[in-house]
Amino acid sequence: MIGLHHYLVLSAILFAAGVYGILSRRNVLLILLSVELMLNAANLSFIAFSRYLGDLGGQVFVFFTMVVAACEVTVGLAVAILLYRTRGSLDTDQADWLKG
Amino acid sequence: MGEAAAFYFFAALSLISALCVVNAKNPVYAVLSLVVTMFCLAALFVLLKAFFVAAVHLLVYAGAVLVLFLFVVMLLGVGAEGSATPAAGPVFRVFGTVTVAALLAELGLVLWLAADHFRSAPEATEGTLEAVGRLLFRQYLLPFEVTSVLLLVGIIGAVVLARREPA
Repeated sequence: MIGLHHYLVLSAILFAAGVYGILSRRNVLLILLSVELMLNAANLSFIAFSRYLGDLGGQVFVFFTMVVAACEVTVGLAVAILLYRTRGSLDTDQADWLKG
Repeated sequence: MGEAAAFYFFAALSLISALCVVNAKNPVYAVLSLVVTMFCLAALFVLLKAFFVAAVHLLVYAGAVLVLFLFVVMLLGVGAEGSATPAAGPVFRVFGTVTVAALLAELGLVLWLAADHFRSAPEATEGTLEAVGRLLFRQYLLPFEVTSVLLLVGIIGAVVLARREPA
């Protein structure tokens, strides 16, 4: 039988994959994609807990997470376009204006 | 039996496509792999009887967010040659691997220590549109309204940022 821990392990691995993507990639778009992966791993945990604890509140929180993710993507992609327009590259190593 | 088979199939597929997302050389392939991951997650949501969330998940992610990503990838034209997307140096890969290994070990330890709490059988709740909507518009009405403000902020922010300055 598939238990709660199956879903939690899957969620943990997906989250870790997202963390690895953020740490190892230098393209802004791929970093944003990895953030999406992490948010959805958290969503899977929410849904699994909601099912196994019998509380639909978890599904409502997933709804809110999706709204936050949508906002994050629109603003993040706008920043990526702006970065490409001013620097001609999406490489995070070249976006070092704040370095003292 | 069928549920277990479906879980393992979609879990394996989502893991494979997630690894493709973080390892793809070409951003277009990364986005398309993430579409596969989203479909698998929606299938897992259906297995967890979260029907409404699964439908919204497909609409929002496969329908809107990833299409937006694909637009930007195509618009910036970094998909073809991949010259603008250098792979990270070995230092970052090693650092990432070590950090992720530590994170997984920690999560595994937590899951192992709390394993007794996870033996419960699934409850009879079903995430139908009616049940989720009832909760959303009663108990969570205020947060729901606040998300509309957040969306407005996101829209205005995106327009202001991406608008070309008039010459």
